[in-house]
Amino acid sequence: MATTNRSDVVDLLNACAEKRILIMDGAMGTMIQREKLQEANYRGERFKDWHKDLKGNNDLLVLTKPSVIEKVHNDFLAAGADIIETDTFNATRVSMADYDMQDYAYEMNVEGAKLARRIADEWTAKTPDKPRFVAGAIGPMNQSLSVSPDVDNPGFRSVTFDQVMASYKEQVEGLIEGGVDIILIETIFDTLNAKAAIFATEEVFEERGFRLPVFMSCTITDMSGRNLSGQTIEAFWHSVQHVKPFAVGLNCAFGAELLRPHAVTIAAVADTRICVYPNAGLPNEMGEYDETPEVTAGLLKGWAEEGILNIVGGCCGTTPEHIAAIAEAVADSKPREIPTIEPVMRLSGIDPVQIATLTPAE
Amino acid sequence: MNKPIAQFINVGERTNVAGSARFKKLIFEGDYEAAVEVARHQVEGGAQIVDVNMDDAMLDAEDAMVKFLNRIAAEPDIARVPVMIDSSKWSVIEAGLKCVQGKAVVNSISLKEGEGPFIQQARRIMRYGAAVVVMAFDTDGQADSVERKFEICKRSYDILVNNVGFPPEDIIFDPNIFAVATGIEEHNNYGVDFIEATRLIKTHLPHAKVSGGVSNVSFSFRGNNPVREAMHSVFLYHAIRAGMDMGIVNAGQLTVYSDIPEDLKERVEDVILNRRDDATERLLDIADEYRGQGGKKKVEDLSWREQPVQKRMEHALVKGIADYIEEDAEEARQQFDRPIQVIEGPLMDGMNVVGDLFGAGEMFLPQVVKSARVMKQAVNYLQPYIEAEKEEGAAAKGKIIMATVKGDVHDIGKNIVGVVLQCNNYEVIDMGVMVPWSDILQAANDHGADMIGLSGLITPSLDEMVTVAAEMKRADFTVPLLIGGATTSRVHTAVKIAPEYSGPVVHVLDASRAVGVASTLLSDDLKDNFVAETKAAYEDIRQKRLAKPKSDRLASLATARGNAADVSFDSYTPVKPQFLGTKTFESYPLEDLIDRIDWTPFFRTWELAGTYPAILQDDIVGESARSLFDDAQAMLKQIVSEKWLTAKAVIGFWPAARHGDDVQLFNDEKRQKNYEKVHFLRQQVQKREGRSNDCLADFIAHKNGPEDYLGGFVVTAGHGIEEHVARFKAAHDDYNEILLKALADRLAEAFAERMHERVRTEFWGFVQNEALDNTDLIKERYQGIRPAPGYPACPDHSEKVKLFEMLDATESIGVSLTDSFAMLPTAAVSGYYFAHPEARYFGIGKIGKDQLEDYANRRGVDLKTAERWLRPNLAD
Repeated sequence: MATTNRSDVVDLLNACAEKRILIMDGAMGTMIQREKLQEANYRGERFKDWHKDLKGNNDLLVLTKPSVIEKVHNDFLAAGADIIETDTFNATRVSMADYDMQDYAYEMNVEGAKLARRIADEWTAKTPDKPRFVAGAIGPMNQSLSVSPDVDNPGFRSVTFDQVMASYKEQVEGLIEGGVDIILIETIFDTLNAKAAIFATEEVFEERGFRLPVFMSCTITDMSGRNLSGQTIEAFWHSVQHVKPFAVGLNCAFGAELLRPHAVTIAAVADTRICVYPNAGLPNEMGEYDETPEVTAGLLKGWAEEGILNIVGGCCGTTPEHIAAIAEAVADSKPREIPTIEPVMRLSGIDPVQIATLTPAE
Repeated sequence: MNKPIAQFINVGERTNVAGSARFKKLIFEGDYEAAVEVARHQVEGGAQIVDVNMDDAMLDAEDAMVKFLNRIAAEPDIARVPVMIDSSKWSVIEAGLKCVQGKAVVNSISLKEGEGPFIQQARRIMRYGAAVVVMAFDTDGQADSVERKFEICKRSYDILVNNVGFPPEDIIFDPNIFAVATGIEEHNNYGVDFIEATRLIKTHLPHAKVSGGVSNVSFSFRGNNPVREAMHSVFLYHAIRAGMDMGIVNAGQLTVYSDIPEDLKERVEDVILNRRDDATERLLDIADEYRGQGGKKKVEDLSWREQPVQKRMEHALVKGIADYIEEDAEEARQQFDRPIQVIEGPLMDGMNVVGDLFGAGEMFLPQVVKSARVMKQAVNYLQPYIEAEKEEGAAAKGKIIMATVKGDVHDIGKNIVGVVLQCNNYEVIDMGVMVPWSDILQAANDHGADMIGLSGLITPSLDEMVTVAAEMKRADFTVPLLIGGATTSRVHTAVKIAPEYSGPVVHVLDASRAVGVASTLLSDDLKDNFVAETKAAYEDIRQKRLAKPKSDRLASLATARGNAADVSFDSYTPVKPQFLGTKTFESYPLEDLIDRIDWTPFFRTWELAGTYPAILQDDIVGESARSLFDDAQAMLKQIVSEKWLTAKAVIGFWPAARHGDDVQLFNDEKRQKNYEKVHFLRQQVQKREGRSNDCLADFIAHKNGPEDYLGGFVVTAGHGIEEHVARFKAAHDDYNEILLKALADRLAEAFAERMHERVRTEFWGFVQNEALDNTDLIKERYQGIRPAPGYPACPDHSEKVKLFEMLDATESIGVSLTDSFAMLPTAAVSGYYFAHPEARYFGIGKIGKDQLEDYANRRGVDLKTAERWLRPNLAD
């Protein structure tokens, strides 16, 4: 039975992060894609008669084909990852409605976390001087709280904050039950969804009486440097800093080259650790990622030398080879020093605003 | 990084049912569209935070708050600023906090129900991630004296910071602004109490801020706006000096402190600062003299018309206002000795300002083109006078020949470059489209051109440019050759064009670079250096190309074919289209296409970078993009209502079977009579394990497989455009000419998208129900593809000839092909329809000599012809 109170992990993670740049794993989705799993693999014995197609429900694999996920975890750990992500990106009641599998969301989180926990512990036992951590992956959900799905009715919302919050809360509970070290709210398209996830996480922490480190990772979806709900990375930081994240940063959508300006921006304003895990470049015409490990690692090496990284890994299209190359490329660089930021009021709409305090004239 | 605002923050109060009768009426009527406009005006008016308040006894405030916040979230120009969620009811505040993605401000909480609820609410606000306004209010009531104001704020601060862990920089105190000059003596010091409490808070409670509702102070002078405005200004003047950070003020109800008449100012100051016992009476004595002076109506600002004519012309050019330019040109003509001096003097000076602003990135292309329109109208007005004097034209900086090369008909980019150059006082001889090299050289000789600019959009134009360069060399030309257009590149220019010509050859990336390049090439000081540098840079590119390993790891054609995608027909049975053969649409309703327009490329045409709709709110180009978009919408309305353009289409479906890399079509359903054969290419770049070498033919079933079909289409939205282009040309209106062409292109693309949709669900009908919005369509989230000959998956433009014959496109809808296979009218799209769910877009990339030979053989042409068609895809 996994111990569920891992709040001591903060100190350990802190100690590791002070010494060196920590390595996250690479893509789960594109690694699973490589296995070319068929409908039957997804169904397994347990859901062989399920009334909906299940192909593509990657989070279900922790129940029906855990060997595939186990292999991905092992491959990334062998490549040198310090932190692996659970295969639970979509395991929320709201997102699982696509497959009519709402009632399995909690179980997927528990089992996904247990699986990653077991493998990480095996590696920690092998190399005790390099402890391995498990980050509970919480994705953006398939419904948006900030954007109307109906173009003719921009004020409409397909889901409420309370539904999203409850759904995330169940996920966080499952992940903690399964033994994760870190709550990773990632691929944030819509900052309001992320704020609901923060709210849920804080509730669980309060109820359980301990906190775990939280990572917040935003996804810039267009060239003008905004996420899907329209925020710039700086506006995003203002919106989420109240969770006092252990790390904040960016993942997905672009490769390292296009992410760089946004990484530089967040590194300059955030008084916490910076975590970035880009895609292996932009997909080609076939939707495939063909940036080589050398290229990705070469770009990230530059960032590490500039001193803007604390935690780094890969997102879509990155393979164990990418992670090994990245780990090697940043091994000699010092982690970014956390800057001291002046306490001024930081608000945001989709743009950031900082408001200084006026001093009396006389 | 954004910089902290270190000045007084004005919180807008018009979206407050208590603060605005109009807003209240709109909310009560449920007219949220109009209510949104109220918020927009506030932000446009400079509000840095928008206060939203729905507290009214007759209103479901929670519901109204949620509806309104969700609605304004969809308006990027409003949503850019933070919201202040303003309610005296906690449930309304919490409902509001659940709607905002940004970091908002809660207004307000207080100790009025004791510490318990205060702490609980503060904790929840932290959990939602918002800042907070705390009222100076406790269980004994609202604080009025300076002592109580400060005491309650300090107690609140200590609880928040030490007990709750609230960040002190996120706390704003509202120490209550009450009305003064009410006739009640105890009220006389309320202004001073607020100001002094502010000073105490700001000196003793680190990082906390002070705010307040300013209009309260003047409540007793309701109905006398000039006096109220003076009171607000005086109050703020002193409160800000005491450290007040922000306030809810109607910016329209504020005069400038130094503009207040001395007499009024002194008496108002006496009241606000409680300087004399009779202050209220003294203000009342003169108040009536000022009543009714306010409420000035805002009219169009025509103050610029009062400036001297030179300045007026500059203003008209910079702002692109054509209304007065002839009148001004006439006035200037009478001032100068000779009409030409008007052009050489004020007009050129004004255009230099435009050029400088453009160069500095402070003006953008659409504005520059509008400036050019004003310039052209002025010059056109002056022309008869100049000719009457038989004067020489103004000395231009240089003469440039510009042409879209033979076989190509695309000229939007070229026209834009032409306009920008003209704006910068270059004489542009625009030869139009499809210009043979002989005409270009002839014109260059006749005009004594200083340089030649070539433009083209489709890939065969690249070859034609090489030809022009070679012919220039043969004719011993030495003037610089400029290369531009969508498919051109620095690498192609360096590797293929530059070696053919001995004079300078320069690739010009976009219109914004054109002036810099032209002026450098005409400068005695800079030219040699620039030419040498460009030459060296191009040589470097060529060397690097040579050094690169040959043939990008190409697989042999046989290997590539062996690695074809395993496209399965097990789980997919091809659907038979609703008809076979062709179907023509004579005059397709344009209204049906407007929703399908993808606006992002429209802005790209005008060199405005960004994605629609976010671009409209972009910090840098947003204003320019909005103005352009408004003009586009207005013209689009006219295009539709006055039927400027006619949209026509022809589509067709044929029984088809894959035959190697070809697709054999049949005349009959039994598939016995062969019809045309469509030829495709296959990717030859070596693929990683598990990746296939694709060819479009792979998505069609073999003859021994299930019965499959291929579709084809040509759509156009360009019929009728010439008449209007000619009209704009005659009016020297480049702006509207370019705008119309760009819109016609967008309509053609929208038509292709719409027709594809109808083909999927209706005419071919392989998808039964498809509910996709325009974003999904733009992102191609649907089954089936519509690749176009000449684009990456089937790069040979010459296959269009067969497609056009199959559809009889020239006869049926009047779209023809040029020598280089460009379509006429230009606003047209053609392509094939593939239905297989695995069908996808890809790029052919480089192909080897083996495939070239094979393809020439399949097409039945000699190797040279095939080489010409496929040049961009041939490995070096």
